Amino acid sequence: MTSMAIKTKSSLIIYVVWMVMFVIAPIILVVYYSMLDLNGNFTLSNYANFFSLAYLKMTLTSFWYAFLITAFTLLVAYPTAYLLTKTKHKQLWLMLIIIPSWINLLLKTYAFIGIFGLYGPINAFLEVFGIEPTQILFTDFSFIFVAVYIFIPFMILPIFNSLDKLDKTLIYAARDLGASGWTTFRRVVFPLTIDGVKSGIQVTFIPALSLFMITRLIAGNKVITLGTAIEQQFLVAQNWGMGSTIAVFLILIMVISMLFTGNKTRGGRVQ
Amino acid sequence: MSKLSKTARVYLAVVFVVLYAPIFYLIFYSFNSGGTMYTFESFTWEHYAAVFEDTRLIVILINTVLVALLSGLISTIIGTLGAIGIVSLKNQKLRNTILSLNNVLIVSPDVVIGASFLILFTIIGVKLGFASVLVSHIAFSVPIVVLMVLPKLLEMNSSLIDAAHDLGATKRDVLTRVVLPYIQPGIFAGFFLALTYSLDDFAVTFFVTGNGFSTLSVEIYSMARAGISLTVNAISGLVFLVTVLVVIGYYMILRRSDKDPKTEVRA
Repeated sequence: MTSMAIKTKSSLIIYVVWMVMFVIAPIILVVYYSMLDLNGNFTLSNYANFFSLAYLKMTLTSFWYAFLITAFTLLVAYPTAYLLTKTKHKQLWLMLIIIPSWINLLLKTYAFIGIFGLYGPINAFLEVFGIEPTQILFTDFSFIFVAVYIFIPFMILPIFNSLDKLDKTLIYAARDLGASGWTTFRRVVFPLTIDGVKSGIQVTFIPALSLFMITRLIAGNKVITLGTAIEQQFLVAQNWGMGSTIAVFLILIMVISMLFTGNKTRGGRVQ
Repeated sequence: MSKLSKTARVYLAVVFVVLYAPIFYLIFYSFNSGGTMYTFESFTWEHYAAVFEDTRLIVILINTVLVALLSGLISTIIGTLGAIGIVSLKNQKLRNTILSLNNVLIVSPDVVIGASFLILFTIIGVKLGFASVLVSHIAFSVPIVVLMVLPKLLEMNSSLIDAAHDLGATKRDVLTRVVLPYIQPGIFAGFFLALTYSLDDFAVTFFVTGNGFSTLSVEIYSMARAGISLTVNAISGLVFLVTVLVVIGYYMILRRSDKDPKTEVRA
């Protein structure tokens, strides 16, 4: 058994070395670079910069957009997942919901350039009602709509799974005990599927904070998220120090969200 | 099962229509002989012909598939070995630490992964291009493979291994004839996920790809920034076709392995 253990240990080594190279080292490098100025000298000015009014405003708007995107995604995804579990061939329907998420993200975003365009179908549709064509592209609405569109399947999946695992007898029991449909949902169904909602929020909120492709293509540089700012600093301004500083904050937000959701799933097991 | 109410059906229908409309919108105009996505003039294959005539685009397509297959394969090997190693760990604390490290790359925003890898490659002196993109894709796929393989390993009865040992199997035999066949569905799912992650990735690739090397996502991005080009629509049509074929293929394989789940252990 010990020789077996040694053998599996050696298989672990490749993996651990890999993780050190591509998880620990990059994080250390980002933190290190966040303390360098443009000339490579040690400085804390990037952090001072980050706490300046302009950056704080950008961070807040980024949070606000991420919040809106997550909220709308949840609002659409939860009922969808709920109704999907009630269909006859639910796995097939779920599959059909998931397929669009496999089409390249860029292609779907590109589609909306046409759909929301000045001569696109949405404007053509509005024109029927006598509404003058307006530029829907490059607005907050288009940005949030496209982001919600992209995230919906990712939110549906975990919620569907937790709803699917829900013990149906609990719902019958609640109804038998006189709870209304809404009360049953609010006091029984929703609390029991909160883990699915949490993982759904996790796969939406942090990516929504760090979107930069959709902001560039759909919001036309009007919306600046934390992700857009990082891309801007790294690839346009070539200011890796400032870009790393913003990245450090994104990492911190991520760690906080991991602690938040990680503990809960472990707590769920004990129950 | 109870029947869905009319409003429920309408709601689901609307969600499905909204999810698929943009994709079919793209494909519809890929056959448009006019150059726009607004007025359909007449049916044509010319945009599809343009894709296949554009050698640069074909090279990019080959690159994308090559990176996906190679990164899928290598990350599956590293991830599977890692999962086997993690399961063998007796120290619970060490095990949890490694697992949380594993989760970091999954939860990390892709912009952060891209930016930090860009710093890493620049410091080690890796030239940006095929190698840096491939290594990055392997890096973000390994944790996914581990997550797919781990549950299979955990549900495996350890007496299976003991039995194999008692019957005189060598360590290599145990691995190749007991453990690997048992966790095969997990390995397969991991490979498949790694493949889709690689094909779908834009942000990480965008950071670590230098001049001269491009994947489909990055190429579509620069084409889309330049405005509407029906060549992109034709690419969508092709991507959709391949996706549907892969889904069907995946289901066929899943069906086949479902039929005789236990007999496969002996193979």
